[in-house]
Amino acid sequence: MVEAIVFYTLAVLILGLGVAVITTPKTVHSVVFLVLNFLCVAVLYIVLRAEFLAVIQVLVYAGGIVVLYLFVVMLVNLKQAPEAHEDPRRLARLGLVLSGAVLLELAGIVVYSFGRVTPASAPAAPGPLTGMGNTEELGWLLYTDYLIPFEVASVLLLVAMVGAIVLARRQS
Amino acid sequence: MLDTIVIPLLKIAVLLNAVLVSVTFMVLLERKVIAWAQSRLGPMRVGPYGVLQAIADPIKLMIKEDIRPVRADPMLFTLAPILSLVPALVVFAVVPFGGDELFYVTDINVGLLFIISVTSIGVYGIILAGWASNSKYPLLASLRASAQLISYEIAVTMTLVSVILTAGTLSMVGIVEAQQQSGLWFAFVQPVAFVLVFIGGLAETNRAPFDLPEAEQELTGGFHTEYSGMRFALFFLAEYANIIVISAVVAILFWGGWLRPFPNVEALAFLDLIPGWIWFFGKMFVFLYIFIWIRATLPRYRYDQLMRLGWKVLIPIAIGNIVVTGVVKVLL
Amino acid sequence: MTGQAAAAPAAAPIFDTDELVINMGPQHPSTHGVLRLVLRLDGERVVDADVVIGYIHRGIEKLSENRDWTQIILLTDRMDYVAAATNNLGYCETVEKLMEIEVPRRARYVRTVLAELQRMASHCLWLGTHAMDIGAMTVLLYAFRERELVLDLFEDYCGARLTYNSMRIGGLPLDIPTGWDAKVRAFCDIMEAKIPEYEELLTNNRIWLERTRGIGVISADDAVGLGLCGPPLRGSGVYRDVRKDEPYAAYDEFEFDVPLGTRGDTYDRYLIRLEEFRQSIRIIRQALDGLPEGPVMGKVPRLIKPKAGETYHAIESPKGELGYFIVSDGRATNPYRFRVRPPSFCNLQGLRPLIVGHLVADVVALIGTIDIVLGEVDR
Repeated sequence: MVEAIVFYTLAVLILGLGVAVITTPKTVHSVVFLVLNFLCVAVLYIVLRAEFLAVIQVLVYAGGIVVLYLFVVMLVNLKQAPEAHEDPRRLARLGLVLSGAVLLELAGIVVYSFGRVTPASAPAAPGPLTGMGNTEELGWLLYTDYLIPFEVASVLLLVAMVGAIVLARRQS
Repeated sequence: MLDTIVIPLLKIAVLLNAVLVSVTFMVLLERKVIAWAQSRLGPMRVGPYGVLQAIADPIKLMIKEDIRPVRADPMLFTLAPILSLVPALVVFAVVPFGGDELFYVTDINVGLLFIISVTSIGVYGIILAGWASNSKYPLLASLRASAQLISYEIAVTMTLVSVILTAGTLSMVGIVEAQQQSGLWFAFVQPVAFVLVFIGGLAETNRAPFDLPEAEQELTGGFHTEYSGMRFALFFLAEYANIIVISAVVAILFWGGWLRPFPNVEALAFLDLIPGWIWFFGKMFVFLYIFIWIRATLPRYRYDQLMRLGWKVLIPIAIGNIVVTGVVKVLL
Repeated sequence: MTGQAAAAPAAAPIFDTDELVINMGPQHPSTHGVLRLVLRLDGERVVDADVVIGYIHRGIEKLSENRDWTQIILLTDRMDYVAAATNNLGYCETVEKLMEIEVPRRARYVRTVLAELQRMASHCLWLGTHAMDIGAMTVLLYAFRERELVLDLFEDYCGARLTYNSMRIGGLPLDIPTGWDAKVRAFCDIMEAKIPEYEELLTNNRIWLERTRGIGVISADDAVGLGLCGPPLRGSGVYRDVRKDEPYAAYDEFEFDVPLGTRGDTYDRYLIRLEEFRQSIRIIRQALDGLPEGPVMGKVPRLIKPKAGETYHAIESPKGELGYFIVSDGRATNPYRFRVRPPSFCNLQGLRPLIVGHLVADVVALIGTIDIVLGEVDR
């Protein structure tokens, strides 16, 4: 009961803040709404008992990435609104298609999960991992079952970092 | 009901009040210690030896006129000080002041990460304050602040990884217990990490010699130039609360929290007569004092030098430390 | 930043990096008074700087042309108000030169002592504020502690602590009070012991070194070209000290060294001023040891009215070469033309070339290193 109340409150907040992010005229305000949005998502993770994920969400997204957004927004100083394109709805079609796809996907998930009702098997943690905190669980999984995706992701990040440095170098 | 709601709420209330009061006295302590370092007396008028200055200052700030520049952004201008104070206070939720459950609000299994992540929110207060003031000096200061905080956060977090490796847990209570088991404070196991975290802590709390975001002499007070009255007081409280947090974290991670020296040596058992929380506060006090001492002694770094120190010195050392710790951990 | 949006040409790209124009001063904690700098910044780097002065202009030069010769002494106090005695000395000597008045030897000795005490007081203030600008707050209090002692000595001598009016044309208004020389000696001992205290906090401090070494380098040629004087000139290794080159008061009778820099950076200028403390102590000790007996006032006509003519006379003030150019028409009891060559003003010429290309944080260090007093710049 309590969890449901918390969940729906958070859901409303997250959606509301999401709308605020894209509708506020001031860029800095929308970045602030984005931070609040991320914080709400973090709370959602806590409700799901994924403290580690919640903390990382705050640390990486709210504390790291968005600070850089804010940095850029403040530094770049948007002087004039981008000029209107001849066809103002040129992106609308693309948006329509994409959102349609997402909607379809969501509907698919809902149908699928209602199709196979799994009442009591909610704690999905495999046998050997019970008794650990979810930090250990996460670490365990990352370094055993998901080692290759994990390493691929890290290489990707490295490439991105090198790329950023190369780009920054060329300018100066 | 009593255990899940009333007692934690009571603890939170007590803790918040204690933190806020100790912050005001921390300001007094700083003024006094710096005054002594500079062959002055410091505040002497309010109460005996100026002790009541700690109460007079907040009252003054509260009844001061609250000025908001006309062209400031009203929402963010108000939000900024709040955003900077709240994380500083929230962090105390996971700081254990003693081994007994009575002395901490909660002990979550990701305590240390919680502290890191919540303090990283505090940077928004500074950035937004600078931007919302719509003034040039604060803007420059807030740019400095954001760059500084992000850089040093990386250094500190990386360093803490080696501590986590040594302790094998992220829980604050767990880390102290790990030190009890090993019988050695981590400052002796991880001396490099201790120095790095302390330096990083100085930088993250914008304290001298890294007080660039509020460099009075260059940026006329930095990001809070346009603030006055209680809004300014919130920044002030946040800064000092952060200092207390850093001191507490350093005391817990590296100096055994509430443990007496050499916790496993039986011959020193008489030291247990002193309760753990006194040990803890004693250690914290030492670090608070060092913070002030450094401020009274050192000149200020320049922005680019600070960045160089962070990225080219602290971060490589931190990474090296992680590697060494990992290798040692595997070999043992 | 938004204010410049209108000025940008219409074709400007949406994203472009603006130069930020900030006003530093006239109300700013580190511009040593009412100096105003209009800085154009690219990020934190200074692209261009405009030095604006005149906020404390009181027309002292013009005012002096309407005062009689003795009254002007008190106006000179108000120029470099942290080194009033030196200003008095320069003016009195200029008039003495114009009138060919012989100043008694004792007066010249005491004048030297006063001038050197003043140099230490001025350098104390410079050291304190300079260190404070770079963030070392304790040095300020230490330096002011010693400056206070100098002010006490001046108070003993003439009753005033800041604007002394301490000299007269032809000598001194008063002989030194009994026991004053012993107090000065005691002060020299204290000062000698305190200099290492400053040095301990700064000279080998890594942060201080990083903040001052290689900052604001000025070559010897540039220094001469810009017309710098005093410690900023000597910091670049140019040997020029009026006390040695054109001795005045009693400087030709004492032994002292003129410290020279090699690199011409802020650190060198810092070291030079610290060494000047020691040299001042040395000069004062020699002067007190050899203090001759006799009157302190020469033969001066009751009505001071120099014959028609003009003269220029310079002395080494704590900040550099302080010169007075005075024209007398021989008829009035006031100068026909009165002009000061203030060292602060001339050294301020060097500020713009010094700060362009440095960071904002260096700007305050560089204002400190040339040691200006705005009262003297604007007069």
